[in-house]
Amino acid sequence: MSHPNTLPPDPADRAELIATLTAALAGCRLLTDAEDTTPYECDGLSAYRRVPLAVALPETEDEVRHILKTCHALRVPVVPRGAGTGLSGGAMPIENGLVLSLARFKHILKVDPVARTATVQPGVRNLAISDAAAPYGLYYAPDPSSQIACTIGGNVAENSGGVHCLKYGLTVNNVLKVRAITMDGEPVEFGSLAPDAPGLDLLGVFIGSEGMFAVVTEVVVRLVPKPQTAQVIMASFDDVARGGDAVAAIIAAGIIPAGLEMMDRACARAVEEFVHAGYDTDAAAILLCESDGTPEEVAEEIARMSAVLEASGATRIRVSQSEAERLKFWSGRKNAFPAAGRLAPDYYCMDGTIPRRHIGTLLTRIAEMEREYRLRCINVFHAGDGNMHPLILFNGNDADEWRRAELFGADILETCVELGGTVTGEHGVGVEKINSMCVQFSPEERDAFFAVKHAFDPSGLLNHDKAIPTRARCAEYGKLHVHHGRLPHPELPRF
Amino acid sequence: MTDTLDAFRDAILQASQDKTPLCLQGGGSKRWYGETPQGEPLDTRAYRGVVAYDPAELVITARCGTPLAEIEATLAEQNQMLAFEPPHFGPDATFGGMVAAGLSGPRRAGAGALRDFILGARLMDGRGQTLSFGGQVMKNVAGYDVARLLAGSLGTLGLILEASLKVLPRPFAEATLRFEMDEATALATLNAWAGQPLPVSANVWHDGVLHLRLSGATAAVAAARDKLGGEKLDDAEAHSFWRALREQAAPFFAARAPEESLWRLALPSSAAPVALPGAQLIEWGGGQRWWRSDADAATVRGLAEAAGGHATLFRGQDRAAGVFTPLPAPLMAIHRKLKAAFDPAGVFNPGRLYAGL
Ligand SMILES: Cc1cc2nc3c(=O)[nH]c(=O)nc-3n(C[C@H](O)[C@H](O)[C@H](O)COP(=O)(O)OP(=O)(O)OC[C@H]3O[C@@H](n4cnc5c(N)ncnc54)[C@H](O)[C@@H]3O)c2cc1C
Ligand SMILES: Cc1cc2nc3c(=O)[nH]c(=O)nc-3n(C[C@H](O)[C@H](O)[C@H](O)COP(=O)(O)OP(=O)(O)OC[C@H]3O[C@@H](n4cnc5c(N)ncnc54)[C@H](O)[C@@H]3O)c2cc1C
Repeated sequence: MSHPNTLPPDPADRAELIATLTAALAGCRLLTDAEDTTPYECDGLSAYRRVPLAVALPETEDEVRHILKTCHALRVPVVPRGAGTGLSGGAMPIENGLVLSLARFKHILKVDPVARTATVQPGVRNLAISDAAAPYGLYYAPDPSSQIACTIGGNVAENSGGVHCLKYGLTVNNVLKVRAITMDGEPVEFGSLAPDAPGLDLLGVFIGSEGMFAVVTEVVVRLVPKPQTAQVIMASFDDVARGGDAVAAIIAAGIIPAGLEMMDRACARAVEEFVHAGYDTDAAAILLCESDGTPEEVAEEIARMSAVLEASGATRIRVSQSEAERLKFWSGRKNAFPAAGRLAPDYYCMDGTIPRRHIGTLLTRIAEMEREYRLRCINVFHAGDGNMHPLILFNGNDADEWRRAELFGADILETCVELGGTVTGEHGVGVEKINSMCVQFSPEERDAFFAVKHAFDPSGLLNHDKAIPTRARCAEYGKLHVHHGRLPHPELPRF
Repeated sequence: MTDTLDAFRDAILQASQDKTPLCLQGGGSKRWYGETPQGEPLDTRAYRGVVAYDPAELVITARCGTPLAEIEATLAEQNQMLAFEPPHFGPDATFGGMVAAGLSGPRRAGAGALRDFILGARLMDGRGQTLSFGGQVMKNVAGYDVARLLAGSLGTLGLILEASLKVLPRPFAEATLRFEMDEATALATLNAWAGQPLPVSANVWHDGVLHLRLSGATAAVAAARDKLGGEKLDDAEAHSFWRALREQAAPFFAARAPEESLWRLALPSSAAPVALPGAQLIEWGGGQRWWRSDADAATVRGLAEAAGGHATLFRGQDRAAGVFTPLPAPLMAIHRKLKAAFDPAGVFNPGRLYAGL
């Protein structure tokens, strides 16, 4: 296998390559002018950018095949792209690479209310699937906060989650079948509408492969009945660790809440100022705990949850008394990111996951890091599954602030690994967390990942140099490695 | 335990060097499942024990040789369970064998399959290396999801040393209801119920009778009972009924004649009734249809494929046509490369899943 990086022509040959591609892809929508391709230079993580060689906007599967075959023959790397809401640089262009946008694949092909499935093109927005299923009392369960914008193709690539995934599962638990085109232009199908497709669970490993195995052209998702009703409890705690213990107590009491979210005081204050939802801004931590199901089930579960929260030392408990109030309670959580945007010009969202019992420890460590890196960090997280979203506040126009934010972020992630967790729970590794992968996985494990990638994409051209770091990269990172917030040469001024 | 790991490594390196196959084996309870085992047995049972279990984390991590019965007893003490209700098929079933076989029982209809609950695994590959994938947390997208690939791999990729599974609390209440209805009505009814917010955790239809298990909050189970009607089974009876179904000890399975095979047809739940000679039992809302039949493999597979699914020769003598539905060429090519990646000398359970793997 020749390494793709060495193969595309150097920038001097860029114009020639564009000319060749344009000729070969005559009839396909291809953007090549910088003014057209610049909007594709980054995804939701805008700190990392690169202008692509060209952007293709195919409309049919045949066009996708033709584009991939052409790029394969010319050894041009390809980056698939959905809505570009990814938060790890997964859809960021590759040097001299083509961006393959699936934005025009936006048709819902079929909703089968009896089999409870929807067959959709990859550019369909997550929420559009639930909208199409709503007339049948069904919905698509995984609900990333970005669901009005992000596409199912992106969700499959990232194995996206949402606030309800402790109870309803992630993308991998709710997708039955994927049709995709491999880098050499051949169609493949993973999974089945029947349980347990024969052979190894290729669908299972495909989901979450960050657009590196094949380009998704069709997805069949499972639809589930919409719960009849839902209620949420908003509980205050005067101590973050006590809030963390309450989370554990709820689970230990045999309850799987539909949603279990927590935020710290700094975050609660920021969102309260933004949405005025009546958040208790004196509390050290706020817990949102939701129950859904039949009215009888919800009543029983809410009573049980309230009792546990009270016994766990909640200082204030409020139960939503109407759908309007439930949505109001949630509005703060749902607007945590934009609220952070009001506190500082930029924020950097982390995504580590840890065993729930360490929530308090991690928050304490993050507070120490705030002093260490001289940046503020507010915390909001999927407490039910230990998936933390610390938001580091910084000013992107200040190069040193961004540099410190990056170090702060890496420090948080590596602390997550140290606490028995992982560097990413739902946003993917992409280009962003690639160095932290050196800390979480051994060289042999990383070699195994490369071998798995090679099984699906022997050319290595599809979205390469993301997600899995090479041994050389890790060796390099090891030299610079920042451990526990201690920068190398702490004696030197860092300005 | 390091001695045991060293012994595993020595055996694997020796086998890889000699290119002689190894037959990974726990309790041997599922020896009959899949293609005929080949090679020198490598017994996993010395590597046993629960490594970590904190009920509040909803995760159990255990070594492969741990008896499945022990795992389930440990969970039951904390009022938790493996929600996919794995069949044991014998008292000696091990945790590793359960993951490798990837089989789920009746509760899959409501809770998901084994593959939905695997969070992480530690593998010893054909080079004797210990590799960890996934982890012990609920959400983890760092690196490809190799742990999930191991669920149902039948030991073809390597020795699963350890696995972490998500566990769930036992339901507060359960009730089993009995209805009389024909096959077509049962399929239509089950699909319709699955589209409504009902706490259905298992169902089975056979010979004009549908059994339905409800699980969940006490009030939810009571409300569903009122809504659905049917005749309630006594709790002890219900318990042994589902246990027998899970273990294929129910009369339907016991009555298989020597010339009959047991076929597992996995179909889209809404697929119309299929007709074969013999007798049928339907689970998972129509998704799993067991046939006791003397029909030939081509007929069974043809029907399953026409209905949008696939067929496995679960138990039976003549395996000439292969136990599992053959794969399309592009998928087989990926399988071969994955096999070569983890087991370059081809020593782990060769041929157990497919010839040449
Ligand atoms: C405000 C905000 C909130 C968010 N909240 C959540 C959340 O709650 N949970 C969560 O999990 N994520 C969340 N995200 C992250 C992001 O929305 C998800 O990762 C989403 O799945 C990305 O979808 P996309 O269509 O935007 O994909 P893109 O960003 O375009 O691409 C993401 C990855 O998918 C690949 N890809 C896209 N389409 C295809 C295809 N057809 N075939 C193959 N590969 C493809 C790309 O190459 C890339 O690697 C959030 C993001 C934002 C901005
Ligand atoms: C991890 C998890 C936890 C859950 N916990 C709860 C809970 O606590 N309470 C609750 O009310 N509901 C829960 N659910 C939802 C509940 O399981 C669904 O309502 C139910 O599975 C629907 O059954 P079905 O017949 O549509 O799906 P099934 O066909 O039974 O599918 C069940 C699972 O099997 C897999 N699957 C199905 N078909 C295929 C295929 N062709 N190929 C590969 N895999 C396939 C899917 O990943 C799916 O998750 C949970 C679901 C999951 C995945």
